[in-house]
Amino acid sequence: MTEANREAVSDAGLHPDLIRAAEERRPRGRSLWQDALRRLGRNHAAMASLVMLVVITFLCFAGPHLLTDHPLDRVYWDRVAKGPDFERGHWFGTDGNGRDLFVRTLYGGQISLMVGLAATLVSLVIGVLYGATAGYFGGRIDNVLMRIVDILYAVPFIFFVILLFVFFDRNLLMVFVAIGAVVWLDMARIVRGQAIALRGKEFIEAARSLGLSGGAILVRHIIPNLLSPVVVFVTLTVPQVILFESFLSFIGLGVQEPMTSWGVLISEGARRMQQAWWMLAFPAAFLAVTLFCFNYLGDGLRDALDPKDR
Amino acid sequence: MTAAALDPSLDPGHADDPGAIDARSAADAAPILTVRDLRVHFPMPKKSILARDRDVLKAVDGISFDLRPGETLGVVGESGCGKSTLGRAILQLIPASGGQVVWQGEDLTGLSGRAMRDRRRDMQIIFQDPLASLDPRMTVGDIIGQPLRTFAPDLSRQARRERVLEAMGVVGLLPEMVNRYPHEFSGGQAQRIGIARAMILRPKLVICDEPVSALDVSIQSQIINLLMRIQREFGLSLIFISHDLSVVRHISHRILVLYLGRLVEFADRDALYASPRHPYTRALISAVPLPDPDAERNKQRIVLPGDLPSPLDPPSGCHFRTRCPRATSLCAQTVPAFEPTGPSQWTACHHWHDPRT
Amino acid sequence: MLSYAVRRLAWLIPTLLIVIGISFFMMRLAPGSPFATEENMPEIIRQNLEAAYHLNEPLWVQFLIYLGNLAQGDFGPSFQYTDYTVTELIWLGFPASLQVGGLAIGIAALIGIAVGMHAALNQNSWSDHLVMAVTMTGIAVPNFVLAPLAILIIGVYWGLLPAGGWGGGAWTHKVLPIATLAMTQIAYIARLTRGSVIETLRSNYIRTARAKGLPARLVMVRHTLRGALLPVISYLGPAIAGIITGTVVIEEIFGIPGIGRYFVQGALNRDYTLVMGVVIFYAVIIMALNLLVDVLYAVLDPKVRLS
Repeated sequence: MTEANREAVSDAGLHPDLIRAAEERRPRGRSLWQDALRRLGRNHAAMASLVMLVVITFLCFAGPHLLTDHPLDRVYWDRVAKGPDFERGHWFGTDGNGRDLFVRTLYGGQISLMVGLAATLVSLVIGVLYGATAGYFGGRIDNVLMRIVDILYAVPFIFFVILLFVFFDRNLLMVFVAIGAVVWLDMARIVRGQAIALRGKEFIEAARSLGLSGGAILVRHIIPNLLSPVVVFVTLTVPQVILFESFLSFIGLGVQEPMTSWGVLISEGARRMQQAWWMLAFPAAFLAVTLFCFNYLGDGLRDALDPKDR
Repeated sequence: MTAAALDPSLDPGHADDPGAIDARSAADAAPILTVRDLRVHFPMPKKSILARDRDVLKAVDGISFDLRPGETLGVVGESGCGKSTLGRAILQLIPASGGQVVWQGEDLTGLSGRAMRDRRRDMQIIFQDPLASLDPRMTVGDIIGQPLRTFAPDLSRQARRERVLEAMGVVGLLPEMVNRYPHEFSGGQAQRIGIARAMILRPKLVICDEPVSALDVSIQSQIINLLMRIQREFGLSLIFISHDLSVVRHISHRILVLYLGRLVEFADRDALYASPRHPYTRALISAVPLPDPDAERNKQRIVLPGDLPSPLDPPSGCHFRTRCPRATSLCAQTVPAFEPTGPSQWTACHHWHDPRT
Repeated sequence: MLSYAVRRLAWLIPTLLIVIGISFFMMRLAPGSPFATEENMPEIIRQNLEAAYHLNEPLWVQFLIYLGNLAQGDFGPSFQYTDYTVTELIWLGFPASLQVGGLAIGIAALIGIAVGMHAALNQNSWSDHLVMAVTMTGIAVPNFVLAPLAILIIGVYWGLLPAGGWGGGAWTHKVLPIATLAMTQIAYIARLTRGSVIETLRSNYIRTARAKGLPARLVMVRHTLRGALLPVISYLGPAIAGIITGTVVIEEIFGIPGIGRYFVQGALNRDYTLVMGVVIFYAVIIMALNLLVDVLYAVLDPKVRLS
């Protein structure tokens, strides 16, 4: 930039050409997110987990169409509970009803992953709004809201979800809502703590002095700044939810036939494991690897987003 | 060490004067801001559930002054004297417990949240910690353009961009920086961003809350001179809050001196430095180092005895009496009136005419 | 200290009322519940229900009556096991559940803390890495996968231990259930202990103690443990809840005649009164143990008492 330009810039009136010229040469800064992603990139365990999760997700959603011709509920009468058979394309063998286990495992994965994500999303929305409201507005609002959370915390919710499934119809939507309703409490607490820390920051006061309303500050400043702990928490919540769904399905209360999930398959597999080990081994391996990867990824994200802890 | 000690340009003798002529002519104009008996009291948490009463922290206790258009008003005092609270109470960032803040003929203290948000267009604030006052997740362009999104939502992206770049130019930021993030900037640059954000709506009043005290001494004078230039260029009124008397002397037309939430002296700059009437003002001024080493060596420093009393439990009568060399029994009994002590000077002291100190 | 405990105890009452309230009204609102449609119901159950719940009274009176019954330890009759009351069933299953759950939590705490401390004191050694890998596996492999595998390998293939059943409470029948139940919690506790011991060892007061020349073991015992175990103690609450949830699955898998087994059977057969009774019973136990944990925490950490 020439000396003359520099002077023009420091004057109030800017030449339009200059604006355009500057627009083109303007370097992008590195945001905090980009920094964190670079740190995450150097964490091999987390990156391997991420790749693995992408592979599993892809397998579960595209695999039934791409990798096998066996339909989900086709019964092969001559092949009830038979081991893996590569000639006939039963990679994982067949289940106790003579259905292809490979397809069922992948479909079960779809359900398990969807429940994990959807229920986490439910808890995310409730938890972030609730926690951010309590933390940002503070005072009496905070007191009342957090007392409610304290009371709910003492309630063993897992059993309530079970009650819910005993009393009401067991459909997939209810699985989402019920599990989401359980895990939002943690989310609300974490978000509230962060919001309180943020509230004291001067840039929030600056936003107020700029005429932003409370709601606008919440949406534009508080929530974006809450994102990093929330991202970590989400990655660690998804496996918890998947585990919980599997637990419910295992005792027979979660996902119902004809749908299936890893929990349902493991439950069937456990009953017949002495004759058909593959019925337990494959769904269990998928579940364990998925949980493993989510946990490693969550730990990695935490380290990447909060480098002070290291 | 203060800015003046290092940077000769801050010495009032050498520096350009803060537009004294403007202020003189403006003296007759109607004040843009009138503060009357402003009070901010914070109730403290009860010591136990059984306690009947709670302590009250009187951070700002009955402060009155006028601000004229185009004037810079300095506010000085030790930390904890209520300077920052005063600034925030004027902007209604902290609710006032009593008194009035009349802005262009309208009392702000009674306004609803929505109505007050509307008024903020004309009154802005610059913060002490420049980096903390910028949202770390937003780019510089978004931060500076934020007020436009609130007050001129119809403005096109392109138009907003241009206004942002213009404001960046005014404060001396290069247009290349528009897409960068706050953490990539030094304190001085961050403060320029804060100033650009405050100035983009062309406000009539900017409150500067210790805008340079977090900055490196070498940067301080740049920011001060930038503020002075902007003030002259746009005919702004500034309230400049600082604990640094040499900086305040450099920039202000008139100066308020606070002690424990109360006004102790209010005067034209020159009058205040030439003939401080209040013993506290005298002590403050005597503590400012002089640029001339000989003068510095020979000057008489007034050292105040004792510590700043707890603002929760201030001394009776005149708050300053516990550290005042002139204090008498009268001072413990009666609060001194704030009375005229010169052509453009007011002082709250029973013994202001006492020649001993 | 006492006032803190009393205050916490006082909070139990509204919480408990909420638990009971939610379950009661949920049961009454459930579509197809025996309370909603009284057709197609065995005569004996309807008589029992009417007697126990005063179905002709307004809902809130029924709730108060239910509360009154609960206060006397009466959970009402079971739908499925018509010869038993729910209270009898719970007491029938409690001894087995208590043994399995109690031993599991005790063992998990002991082993978890020991392993975690070992890993922390040998940070970044091969044994530390081994502990971290094994515990991560422990977290990723749920107990309802671990238990069948253990039965298959240890019980069936090797024949070392009984593959299931209770055997009248013989210890050989308890080893596998307790071990598989404790595994997840061992993993969590070990990781938590490791992290918090490492953090404490880095803190200034520990550095000061070492600089004063105190022997490492003494520093460890006198200064580090107390601070480092606080997060572990606050985790005990969730751990207890996790163990109780775990007993439900473990009892089902191993065929142990505990409360969890009745619970699962009741849930699958829509035995409303039994399920509700067990939920309330579990809730009381979890809340009481949580209270105990919180008070223990307050004893060790004076900061809590003030707030």
